[in-house]
Amino acid sequence: MKSSTNPIKRGYLYLEEWFNASFGEAWNPLYHLGPLTFFFFWIALVSGLYLYIFFHTTVDNAHASLEAIVHGHVLGIGSLMRSLHRYASDAAIVTIMLHVFREFSQDRYRGTRWYSWFTGIPTLWMVALLGITGYWMVWDELALYVAMGASHLLDVLPIFSDSMARNFLPGNLSDRFSTLLAFLHLLGQPMILIFMLWFHVKRLTHVEVSAPKGLAIGCFIALTVLSIYSPALSHAPVNLSKIPTELQLDWFYLNIFPLLQYWSPGEVWLLVTGITTFMLFMPWMPKKNEGIPAVVDLEHCNGCGQCVTDCPFDAISLQPRTDGAKWESEVIIHAELCAACGICTGSCPSSTPFRKITDGGSLKTGIDMPGLTLDKFKQQTDEVLAKLTGDNKIITFGCKHGYDIDAFSAPNVGTLHLFCTGMMPASLAEYALKNGADGVVISGCRHGDCYYRFGNHWMDLRIQGDRKPALRTRVDRDRIKILGGADIDGKKLHKQFSAFHASLGEKTATPSTAAAQEVSHD
Amino acid sequence: MTNNPAVRYLLQAVNLFLFIALIAAFSSGPTVRQLEEGMAVITLAFGHAGEPVRACHKRTPEELAALAPNMRAPMDCPRERSIIKVELLMDGELIHNIVAPPPGAFKDQGVDVYENVTVPEGHHEFTVRMNDDAQTEGFTYSNNYSVNLAPAQLLFIDFSQQKNGFIFN
Repeated sequence: MKSSTNPIKRGYLYLEEWFNASFGEAWNPLYHLGPLTFFFFWIALVSGLYLYIFFHTTVDNAHASLEAIVHGHVLGIGSLMRSLHRYASDAAIVTIMLHVFREFSQDRYRGTRWYSWFTGIPTLWMVALLGITGYWMVWDELALYVAMGASHLLDVLPIFSDSMARNFLPGNLSDRFSTLLAFLHLLGQPMILIFMLWFHVKRLTHVEVSAPKGLAIGCFIALTVLSIYSPALSHAPVNLSKIPTELQLDWFYLNIFPLLQYWSPGEVWLLVTGITTFMLFMPWMPKKNEGIPAVVDLEHCNGCGQCVTDCPFDAISLQPRTDGAKWESEVIIHAELCAACGICTGSCPSSTPFRKITDGGSLKTGIDMPGLTLDKFKQQTDEVLAKLTGDNKIITFGCKHGYDIDAFSAPNVGTLHLFCTGMMPASLAEYALKNGADGVVISGCRHGDCYYRFGNHWMDLRIQGDRKPALRTRVDRDRIKILGGADIDGKKLHKQFSAFHASLGEKTATPSTAAAQEVSHD
Repeated sequence: MTNNPAVRYLLQAVNLFLFIALIAAFSSGPTVRQLEEGMAVITLAFGHAGEPVRACHKRTPEELAALAPNMRAPMDCPRERSIIKVELLMDGELIHNIVAPPPGAFKDQGVDVYENVTVPEGHHEFTVRMNDDAQTEGFTYSNNYSVNLAPAQLLFIDFSQQKNGFIFN
């Protein structure tokens, strides 16, 4: 479905646009939701360690010790730490939910990406459980509410022989359980969470774990302001002979417990397991068929490993050479992980239209996309260039996940569709300029938000000459325009396109000699 | 992105304010009310295994002979336990009724009961009675308790066979 008719995608794109306007692409929080979540966990970890130094885990002393931390420490540090611990944990839920919304709305959870989505859902549960045990440890009225609710939920499962809820009735309380909770919250659950996160990102490369410094500082200041203005407070200590009537719930973590007032524990389980199961299997509803995976042509591959470095989905690796060639390594494709984005083709130094080595007349490269081979890509480029008429001729290469480049079409503007702009060898821009184009436009996803994670970023760097295989320095960069935008960005993109087109007219008056220079590639 | 740094910083501040406002709004609210004003709670919570559904039967020589040699126990006692039936009466009126069949593939396990009953505050006479024996008509245990319930008070009713019935806490 195109974004113009998909309200969820449009909604996300407008939100992203708003954040771009506020923070810029480099600091847009939506582009750093994972690292921001990590950052909030770091705050929760450090503040949690501070609290643990002074906290008593026993039933009789837990509440009093926390009150002493909050009200007794100099300069309100205890209160600040406790509040940061809570609010950073809540902030993590906000970023996690935005992360889920982003991946869903942008259709980045199906196909080869099913794994990250599938492993992310149980990770979300572990985060929720970590929060629940945290509230339980305080042993105030809210903790009792959580303890009773959780016990009722666990009692319907065939796990315990005796009712767990009866442990929280007068005369039945024991410190053993609070010790177990402390162990779970402080060590067990965080350790499991780290493992789950490791699994979650296992099929991704270049995983970003540190948020941009400025954004992190801004978030930290905001949470500190909130902690000072509205410090997190405990409820009254537990009184087992009295039911707490009004509770100030943390809805980020404890949202299922109020349901127990209206539904049986079995019905609540049915709801949460139903939602969880549905979300787990969303990547197959319906299944997304990626394109045909990349293929390696060993005859043209020297095992340099650039495609391994550039692949966003860990779908390529190196192994010792098997064909007796003089090179040390060769590339292998893990087809089940390949998203068919073609970034590997763009990263291969052999992928150049200037190459004289051909096989039966067709252009070959080390790693190619059967869905759009380099040879076909070059032929299509030639065809588009041949059809251009008029002044200031432009060829536009566009990613199928970004803005629809056909909207730029004109007698002097030709278009060519790619899986991702990252699949375009930078040398193809030079080739187009040498073969009739006055300008080259490369139109991909919004900067910082490539559908295939890094395609437009790698492309930018290659054109700038900062990443291999780079566009040669003598090519006139003023004749190349990189656009980034989504379907809703038409107005902005057309403005940029027109400005570029006009700038070509000025250049035609004083033509650059760089683009006309003879080039030769292997 | 706007090129004016002042506007940009202002927009960032607005976004961060909205972010912490969202956290503040749901970190300790909206308030949940567990119990209406003027109400108290009776919690009936205990674990108990009912009596066997029928008495043991002394096997006849013919019955013993029909069994495999290693199975010839002289007494035939059923594994299945009786259904536990509990009634809670307040001021002579039945306000809660529990019928708990024994769990397990052979219906031979003890029953775990945990039920909350909301009642108005004030002075009340409570009677809890139980039948745990399918062979007995009426109730095998019955206890009375008089209490003046404060608002939001929790009255916990346990059961102990050793203490011959229900215990009010």
